[in-house]
Amino acid sequence: MRRNQRRVLAGAIALAAAVGLTACGGSNADSGSESGQIELTIGTFTEFGYEDLLPAYEKTHPNIKITHHKTGQGGPYHQQLLTKLAANSGLEDVVAIEEGHLPDVIDKPQLFNNLADIGPKDVKPDRWLDWKYQAGTAKDGTWIGYGTDIGPLAMCYRTDLLAAAGLPTDEASVKAMLESWDTYFAAGAKYVQATGKPWFDSTSQIFNAMQNQLDTGYIGKDDKLAIESNKDIKRNWDKVTAAGNSGQTAKLVAFSPEWNNGFKQGAFATKTCPSWMLGVVKEQAGPDNAGKWAVTDAFPGGGGNWGGSYLAVPKQSKHPKEAAALAAWLTAPEQQIKAFEKTGNFPSQVDALTAPELLNSTNPYFGDVKVGTLFAAQAEKVGKAQYKGPGDGKIQENATSPALQAVEQGKSPEEGWQQAVDAAKKIVK
Amino acid sequence: MTTVIRRASRRAAPAPTGPPRLTFRQRLSRADVKWSPYLYIAPFFVVFGVVGLFPLLYTSYLSLFDRDLLDVDGAFVGFANYVELFADKQFWTALGNTFSIFVLSTVPQVVIAVLVAALLNTRLRAPTGWRVGVLLPYVVSLVAVGIIFANLFGTNYGLVNGLLETLGFDRIDWQGNRFASHLAIATMVNWRWTGYNALIVLAAMKAIPKEIHEAAMIDGARAVRRFVSVTLPLLRPTLIFVVVTSTIGGLQIFTEPKLFDAMPGSNNGGSSNQFQTITLYMYQTAFETQHLGYASAIAWVLFLVIIIVAVVNFLLTRRLATTGAEDDR
Repeated sequence: MRRNQRRVLAGAIALAAAVGLTACGGSNADSGSESGQIELTIGTFTEFGYEDLLPAYEKTHPNIKITHHKTGQGGPYHQQLLTKLAANSGLEDVVAIEEGHLPDVIDKPQLFNNLADIGPKDVKPDRWLDWKYQAGTAKDGTWIGYGTDIGPLAMCYRTDLLAAAGLPTDEASVKAMLESWDTYFAAGAKYVQATGKPWFDSTSQIFNAMQNQLDTGYIGKDDKLAIESNKDIKRNWDKVTAAGNSGQTAKLVAFSPEWNNGFKQGAFATKTCPSWMLGVVKEQAGPDNAGKWAVTDAFPGGGGNWGGSYLAVPKQSKHPKEAAALAAWLTAPEQQIKAFEKTGNFPSQVDALTAPELLNSTNPYFGDVKVGTLFAAQAEKVGKAQYKGPGDGKIQENATSPALQAVEQGKSPEEGWQQAVDAAKKIVK
Repeated sequence: MTTVIRRASRRAAPAPTGPPRLTFRQRLSRADVKWSPYLYIAPFFVVFGVVGLFPLLYTSYLSLFDRDLLDVDGAFVGFANYVELFADKQFWTALGNTFSIFVLSTVPQVVIAVLVAALLNTRLRAPTGWRVGVLLPYVVSLVAVGIIFANLFGTNYGLVNGLLETLGFDRIDWQGNRFASHLAIATMVNWRWTGYNALIVLAAMKAIPKEIHEAAMIDGARAVRRFVSVTLPLLRPTLIFVVVTSTIGGLQIFTEPKLFDAMPGSNNGGSSNQFQTITLYMYQTAFETQHLGYASAIAWVLFLVIIIVAVVNFLLTRRLATTGAEDDR
């Protein structure tokens, strides 16, 4: 009896799994073209601000019907993306790829259409900031993705906490403080001495920003692991862990519940702030801390970028030309400005960065600062595109960030470094 | 029995003239008797073959290749993945974590479940209310449990550390300290599953005939003695079932450590893999670092480990539960 029950149960589970499986596979609706209509699908994650734009495109292109697949979170979305790329079926005609996940596919240009070949001829690389365009291009020259948005880095800081620690809060002095990483850590040392409280949220948040300013990432141009050969990486590691061990880190893992709490408690005085982080700060710090946070157009070591996406047309698309035309239209400055007004996603197009809608936008939570102008200036400061080889993003996520957390939890910086190197070797093997 | 008769009748009917010719209907009904049962259970086996057996076999095939997710065809490497796996420090860490969390969750869970069942088996007011109450944690979504417990065990602002501090103890680094993190995860598992197992055990207790208890009572056995000498031995089949299922579940713990990690979405199981379980490591290898061949090797080793542990458990539970009840064999 019991065995029977279990069998029935197992059968039911198996059946449920099978149903679930077929349900997943059913999304690849074949593009019907009976009435001369072309059905295009587009896959995005979180908020791209395309809800109003897609119907507008359908209106001007009566032969096109667009289905929008939206996924809530970036992580599962990209996992699906890779699995469907591997299966060579099931992907949308236009897919969004986030900058951090781009290294996973950038060495597989054969899976994507070259936008230089199939895209509209009037869409040229000079539509985008050069570093944005470069990062979306494979080593063999295949243009994989049209840039959508970016995340230029600035520094957010708590004016009240800085003042309480006796640090200057006027803009010129803050900018001087944010001149280089050395001046930033020196100011942090003063802050810790005066208050005994941490200066930044976590060492990995600082380290990632420093890492992004290097000429090459964890992977060299030869696609070999460079974490040991590139001495700058270790130098940054030493600086960050030294600052962390002297009490400058609040040891709060970014985006964890504890980190959210840290904003409310004022657990740290500064935060590396890409444009989209302002919304996070406002949400987590809450109305109680309104007017205390400020942001300025300065960032230690120049500029930097964190986040932003691309639109690509995979080879499995049945209508690559039409898909590329749609992607080109969506990433035109006019459309990205509309998306910016809707979601705050910062546009990556040169013309969009001078649009008055962008330059005049302000953020009341940060004392009505002209955020558009501020981040447009920061976007210009981003130097060359850093070459990110396959596995780069994973090394940051699964090798260096956890290792820095381990140092915060008590490992010695040298042990932590060894852990990061070992983990990185495993990822790229 | 039936086979004996059939064999005998076959022998009894010598075959110079051959068996009598059957009509179509007769043959049909014979075929019905013979094949229908297989047809009825076929859906299970077909589905099992597609989603159970095939993946199992394909995984074993894949484990012999060095294949990445986006590699169109991988290279055959024989048993190199397994060789590498047995020299892999992270694998052994994960295996250690898995067993540690498994022991910390299964043992108290089964013991408490039996005790709770014994309590529920006494005369209570509103017995259904108590039973449902015990089962409530099981109904709560696993993800919700994970998020709430990760908050409770937060190192800086968590409730548990707050309580500890009020009571005069030191804060515990639930994320960083290996044993503490295992304890926190095991608490999550126990909270969720103890009630469920208690109900299974309770059902078995209810099935124990009253006469046996009454006989023991007449012999002068008190409640504790009756529990040890009557109830426990008669619970043997149920305990075996509970232990085997919680072994399988315990060795596959995945969601709890994944959600417990401070880094959202991380599969690392802590900063130095201090609470990464084998399933989590397997998932990370397959879908994050995308070494599918290597992940398949992990899957197979995990499969073998579970079989070994389940067999050991089975033997142990049988040994333990038979003592004192030899006569029921």
